[in-house]
Amino acid sequence: MTRRVAVVGIGSTPARTVTPELSYRELTYDAAVRAYCDAGVEPRDVQSFVCCEEDLNEGISISDEYTPDQLGAVLKPVHTVGGDGLHGIADAVMEIMTGLVDLVVVESHSKASNILTPHHIVSYAMDPVWNRPFKANPHFVAGLEMNRFLHETGTTAAQCAQVVVKNKRNALRNPAGAHAADLTLEDVERSLPVSEPLRELEVAPASDAAYVVVLASEERAKSLKGRPVWVKGVGWCSDTPTLESRDWARAEYAEGAAERAYRMAGIRNPSEEMDVFEVDDTYAYKELQHLEALKVFGRGEAGRATERGITSATGDVPVNVSGGALGAGHQLDATGLFRVVELVLQLRGQAGERQVRGARTGLAMSWRGVPTTSGAIVILGCE
Amino acid sequence: MSDDFRGTPLDAEDFEKGKVLFTRDEPKAEYAWDTGVAIGRYLQELKNGRLIARNCVKCRRVMIPPRMHCEWCWRPTDDWVYVQDRGLVNTFSLCYITWDMQRLKTPEIPAVIEIEGASPGHGIMHKLGGVDPKKVKVGMKVKAVWKPAEERVGSILDILHWAPT
Repeated sequence: MTRRVAVVGIGSTPARTVTPELSYRELTYDAAVRAYCDAGVEPRDVQSFVCCEEDLNEGISISDEYTPDQLGAVLKPVHTVGGDGLHGIADAVMEIMTGLVDLVVVESHSKASNILTPHHIVSYAMDPVWNRPFKANPHFVAGLEMNRFLHETGTTAAQCAQVVVKNKRNALRNPAGAHAADLTLEDVERSLPVSEPLRELEVAPASDAAYVVVLASEERAKSLKGRPVWVKGVGWCSDTPTLESRDWARAEYAEGAAERAYRMAGIRNPSEEMDVFEVDDTYAYKELQHLEALKVFGRGEAGRATERGITSATGDVPVNVSGGALGAGHQLDATGLFRVVELVLQLRGQAGERQVRGARTGLAMSWRGVPTTSGAIVILGCE
Repeated sequence: MSDDFRGTPLDAEDFEKGKVLFTRDEPKAEYAWDTGVAIGRYLQELKNGRLIARNCVKCRRVMIPPRMHCEWCWRPTDDWVYVQDRGLVNTFSLCYITWDMQRLKTPEIPAVIEIEGASPGHGIMHKLGGVDPKKVKVGMKVKAVWKPAEERVGSILDILHWAPT
């Protein structure tokens, strides 16, 4: 990387199942105030703003037009990425690496509780001509994928259930753990089937939150009071969208995103060279599938590693110490920034009772949910 | 005509009779937006038949609709301020089409009304009524025509329209 980029400020509101007391503008303002204060900058210092949101989730066409006021971005360059917050981080990194600007803000929020017909909105992501007429609940796509993943890798349903137990317990130590719970394996296995083999407790429920992340060039970062967390690598990748001929067992988009991020960060052995992982767990099996795509574990090994506690908060490869989406809720396109905020806290040593000791390098990975085959990765480090 | 141009002409009947294949679907996208502090209070006051704004003491600015942060100085706003239900037409248009493009003989008159008591240039977007469209002018004095109290629900439509004073 010719020009280094750092995260110099984070601000968030804790994930909640509902947030009726604040509008999305007020929620975002709250996160932005915290981020600017954390970075020691004023919004007038910020040269460019990137927002991540989708119109159908907001219920507003061209919803990006409504973002400047609450960020202090009026009469400033603003653009929106129709993607996860990690795609937004990648945009900010490019703006800084090219030398265009030195200080960029990335914002994303979730008001998932305001969507009254979420399954209809998700089903609108299906091809309108040849998939949507079935009027099937979109979770069936996850059911299809999970079934093939279990079939090809030998991963067991119990191993998937263990992911739920782990993440929801981790969330008990996170003030943002909107869906924290102390469950047993039996609780998960007894929960109602959604689209078999997928069960109800294996689906991340939604939550509301807002996140603002401030990024700076190395020069700018060094002039600020805080200790910067460096962006070591970014990568993103999309597979074919077709449900008819995609690889149902492997998350190839995650493999592609990882390959790019690892190349940029110079990482050869992911599980050895990184200390903390925040990886998409929109469905419990996805955490296992993604960990294998990221080459943190070999094929069919992530489930066993989870059973043996290797991915627990105190294990060798801590995964979703924050509680992940299963424990803190799926936060629409803001979920990626939830992961970035957790990594920054871990790498700064500010993660409180869930602090991973000696965390120096971490990885965040997001997936855009069913029926997509798009993922993005950000690798952060202390050096 | 088909001799004059290349290609095959299509008319509505071809679609109706299934000569052209297509798939129809209608979205079921429903939302209930949290109003939050600023707009929650604004709507409550509309139900009471009053307009309320927020004041930024730093920018010396009274904003309506109210907001909890000032986008100029980017501080939290400071106080609630009741403002008048009258004002001046900042800009207007005579609109001869409905939202779904039906022609209108009598135009709708969307207008931005600068509210008395709010800072200059600060107003609300609404409709004019009870006025000859030809007589509407920029700078015209107008007053809110409210729905009867028992019909008000806490909506911008609790004001029927704005009429000349």
